[in-house]
Amino acid sequence: MITATISLNKDTLNVLREQDVVVFRNRVKEYAVKIKMGLVNQTKLITAASELVRNMLRYANGGQIIIEVVSRGRDNGIRLTFKDEGPGIPDIKLALTDGYSTGKSLGLGLPGTKRLVNEFDIKSEVGKGTRITIIKWANG
Amino acid sequence: MDKIPILRMGQFLLVTIQVDLYDRLALDLEADLVKMVSKTGARGILIDISAVSIVDSFMGRIIGNIGVMSKLLDAETVVVGMQPAVAITLVELGLPLKGVYTALNVEKGMDLLKNKIQLDEEEEIGPDDDNSNDLTE
Repeated sequence: MITATISLNKDTLNVLREQDVVVFRNRVKEYAVKIKMGLVNQTKLITAASELVRNMLRYANGGQIIIEVVSRGRDNGIRLTFKDEGPGIPDIKLALTDGYSTGKSLGLGLPGTKRLVNEFDIKSEVGKGTRITIIKWANG
Repeated sequence: MDKIPILRMGQFLLVTIQVDLYDRLALDLEADLVKMVSKTGARGILIDISAVSIVDSFMGRIIGNIGVMSKLLDAETVVVGMQPAVAITLVELGLPLKGVYTALNVEKGMDLLKNKIQLDEEEEIGPDDDNSNDLTE
């Protein structure tokens, strides 16, 4: 469940090639530094983002990412929204299971990512695409 | 085209990763290292990741692969200098990098490699050496 938040600052990026990933990671880092997120949380957020962007490239040939600074009460955080028009995920519950993968990976991407962030929301429709939203609070 | 340099030092190969790795670069490094081990007959690989701020599951897999592949070619791999935040993230991600040896810094990593290789050589000569077990620590 994504809680009610206020969006303060917004940036949209298209990721279509592998090289875009480095640019995207740096942008996330800039945002995280701006809201004074601690180093461990920064690392968790960027790693989570890296996993999701890789999925997006591998399974959907890229897509669009929205980076936002969000605020809830006194706490600031970063919200990342990954939108693609790929094949979609038929069984989300299964995809969130450790060790499950349709590709050749270790199957840690989605479940691992979920553990690294504070809020994780996934919506997917077969044949239409997937939308994943994550939030990491600065003090989360 | 970027490339990560591999330095040869005696029986060892040294790699310092100083740039943000993207997938192609990591895959190239994996292939280059394995080829280099085969070509030079190196007995150990030391990978310094002290400048790496992000290790995701793909990168972790590459590091693990390098460890296993080099082992098949009779070389040990030591990963040194992991940042604390990276260690925390890797474990939470579910990727504790079991296949490779780790050391705190380059110096300790080199000692570890030297010990491993010395042990191997002593075993080859014969396990009659009483002190061979003392070298494991």
